[in-house]
Amino acid sequence: MKTQPRLLTFLDTLALIAMIVATGMVFLYAPVERVMGEVQKVFYFHVATGWVGMLGFLVAVVAGVAYLVTRKTRWDLVGVGAIEIGLTFMLINIITGSIWARPIWNTWWTWDPRLTTATIMELVYAAYLLLRQGIDDPEKRARFGAVYAIVGFISVPLTFFSIRIYRTIHPVVIGGADPTVTGSFAMTPPMAQTFAVSLVAFSILFISLLWHRIRLGELAQRVEQLRLKWMR
Amino acid sequence: MKGFLRAMLAVLWKDLAAEVRSRELLSAMLVFALLVIFIFNFALDLEPNTRASITSGVLWVTFIFAGTLGLNRSLAIEKDRGCLDGLLLAPVDRAAIYFGKTAANLIFMLVVAAIVLPVYSVFYNINLFARPGLLLVIFLGAEGYTAIGTLLATMAVQTRTRDMLLPILLFPVVIPVLVAAVKASAGFLQTLPFEEIQPWLNLLITYDIVFTAIAFMVFDSIVEE
Repeated sequence: MKTQPRLLTFLDTLALIAMIVATGMVFLYAPVERVMGEVQKVFYFHVATGWVGMLGFLVAVVAGVAYLVTRKTRWDLVGVGAIEIGLTFMLINIITGSIWARPIWNTWWTWDPRLTTATIMELVYAAYLLLRQGIDDPEKRARFGAVYAIVGFISVPLTFFSIRIYRTIHPVVIGGADPTVTGSFAMTPPMAQTFAVSLVAFSILFISLLWHRIRLGELAQRVEQLRLKWMR
Repeated sequence: MKGFLRAMLAVLWKDLAAEVRSRELLSAMLVFALLVIFIFNFALDLEPNTRASITSGVLWVTFIFAGTLGLNRSLAIEKDRGCLDGLLLAPVDRAAIYFGKTAANLIFMLVVAAIVLPVYSVFYNINLFARPGLLLVIFLGAEGYTAIGTLLATMAVQTRTRDMLLPILLFPVVIPVLVAAVKASAGFLQTLPFEEIQPWLNLLITYDIVFTAIAFMVFDSIVEE
């Protein structure tokens, strides 16, 4: 049986160190924002988890197309792994956002385009997992999963624009900030550094988790093959 | 191209002929649509002064629920009696089968709308036919809905949990159509200036084009055996 590749062990360690450094920077290095206070610190992991969520869904749609073209099982494993990770991190993103919104917007939830789109995205990918659950044949499961990952991903920007025509109150911190929006702020250099480190840390974590998930899927396939071989 | 069109029309013709003889699908959709309107009447207490603003919402929820019922049935018939395999054996482009089914489902939805609209007009003393824009929105919305709905229903009927699965797969993906259609219909009903309705119409047309194209491209890979 294959042992865990060296590079993966290295990535795990790197992810662990990066997460510790990022957490340390968020709590010890980044300054407290003047207006919002401590709760602003949620921003670093909020955006980083949102980024990983989007990255997961993007990888899934690429894997979906790749599967339909090449029909290699490995792409299916990449797709389902990326969506599972994306779902989890998007959920963390929504929950941390809600924790921030309670003191800043004075509500847990508003029907803002980003919040609504993020939640509809969760529903799309939850539906993806339900679809897979309902199919026994692994080849058909992979095909249908790939198709639905593509359809779901393309609907997301349209959902966003359809809700955006209503006015948004979500702050845009990176690029094109509208200072009138409640909860908007300008990043100082230490904040930007902390933010960059958080992004890198979560990206490494994503790669490491995805790799583990693909390996897990391959091992599960191998167990299935062995069982068919010996259980007769 | 001519052969493609002929195959598509043949599939459409088959669906319409079967429906004219059995009247299963349309009657179920219609009764269901009327029931939804009745339930809304009690649930929302549709009074004359409030209902002007929610008419479009009620209409679209009715169409979409009835549409799900129709889509599920239309593809389940194919699957149950092995018709889908027969269709796939035919030496025609599979996209023609997809477009034929979509056209049939679109016609069924439009027939339901053609009966629901006058009934609603009578019930609530409001002439929905006075605004041709509304009819355009219903056509565009129904096109987008059936384009993606037919694709997902073809997938859903091939799974173990098929009856539950279609709405779960379809609704989150179809939200842009619903939002745009509800807003555009409300705009026409309240006779807003056309500039305010136009962004929603653009969105509807974009959705129709994008999703018809996507379904056309991936349909092959969900019906292969």
